Amino acid sequence: MNNFEPRIVAFLCSWCSYAGADKAGSSRKTYPQNINIIRVMCSGRVDPQFVLEAFKEGADGVLILGCHPGDCHYKEGNYNILRRYHFLKKVLMELGIEEGRFKLDWVSSTEDDKFVTIVSEMVKNVKSLGPLRNEALI
Amino acid sequence: MIKPKVAFCWEASCGGCEEAVLDLNEDILKVIEAVDIVFWPIALDFKYADIENMNDNEIDVSFISGAIRLNEQEETVRLLRKKSKLIIAFGSCAHLGGIPALANFWDRESILKKVYREAPSVINPEGKEPQVKTKTASGELELPEFYDTVKALNQVIDVDYYLPGCPPSPDLIMQTITAILENNLPPKGSVIGPAKTLCENCSRKDSKPDIMTLKEIKRPHEVIIDPEKCFLAQGLICLGPATRSGCGERCIKANMPCRGCFGPTDNVIDQGSKFLSALASIVDFNDEEEIKKVVDSVADMTGTFYRFTLASSLIKRKRRLK
Repeated sequence: MNNFEPRIVAFLCSWCSYAGADKAGSSRKTYPQNINIIRVMCSGRVDPQFVLEAFKEGADGVLILGCHPGDCHYKEGNYNILRRYHFLKKVLMELGIEEGRFKLDWVSSTEDDKFVTIVSEMVKNVKSLGPLRNEALI
Repeated sequence: MIKPKVAFCWEASCGGCEEAVLDLNEDILKVIEAVDIVFWPIALDFKYADIENMNDNEIDVSFISGAIRLNEQEETVRLLRKKSKLIIAFGSCAHLGGIPALANFWDRESILKKVYREAPSVINPEGKEPQVKTKTASGELELPEFYDTVKALNQVIDVDYYLPGCPPSPDLIMQTITAILENNLPPKGSVIGPAKTLCENCSRKDSKPDIMTLKEIKRPHEVIIDPEKCFLAQGLICLGPATRSGCGERCIKANMPCRGCFGPTDNVIDQGSKFLSALASIVDFNDEEEIKKVVDSVADMTGTFYRFTLASSLIKRKRRLK
């Protein structure tokens, strides 16, 4: 299983986290290339159906990054995803999808190092969990 | 005039849908006058062979209730598909997987173990479990194969129309039969019923506060339910915001919250996650610990949000950790 390279779908809010990821790139920081970034206007835009669809289409993990609480460009979008995240995480766990495969965190536009740390840790965790196989999904 | 040929068949179902046909009361006489019933295992003595001997597309409409969990059921519906011009998925189980699909939290092995060995009322010292093939002195006996995963009808055969509900309401059944007889059907693949959610027509709509919030989720047995007030405003889980209307609000009128049997509206794939979104958005906390407390207080969250739709949801079943 050592050569397993997980595929992780990452939903990044346009205002903070995507800018943070951009900064990591322009400052030539390195991070695992297992993440497929999808830019959304707000972390609060992430419908639980997007997350389920990602798992259905073969993602081994899903990461959502938004602005820090209190910093949302739309005032409270990140609180919406915070609430939704905890409900959805429970549903996923009841369906046998481990906690480590679904993460929510906050990254501001200056936190390029934090972005690198979160992505690296997530990739490491999902690697140790192994591939998400669910034949019913296919 | 030749009467249209109609078949009724049940697969993994409780029989409530068949009961719903009888609930047409006097109207059933009109139906029987208008059609020729060629197959109806619960009420009439036809055999599978009678269907096999028919020409392809000879049956005008087959109403199939129940989910698919045995290979016998799969064979039956494939046969009916071949012999029928129209297939109507009748009721929640055929439409979405329904209650039988809650078995998708387990698999064949764990279900058979529980039912034939572990259940408190079972006496089975030899640990016998049903086998597909059994050799006896008089020859080999065969039982249908029990599947790991329960499926909705459209995951096995092509379905023309869906009649939602657990069971479908008599009004909706009559409306469908009339539409078929008058050749006035909606486009293929339609779910017969309004496109709006239950909340849109709910008799308790006016009692809904302008800004709905809740700090605590309660279960129906824990509170005395106000018979006029919106259930969600009382802190009770009601799937109305994520469920198709058209049921006639039978549960609401009996002072019980909606359980979601009519399934999602047209533009939604995954009813459970849509309800999850709706519920999460009215939880009145921004603090993570408080949110977690509310989440932890919901018993059997997935079973509640996906009570009728697990088989047709995006994830479909609990993952097997092997």
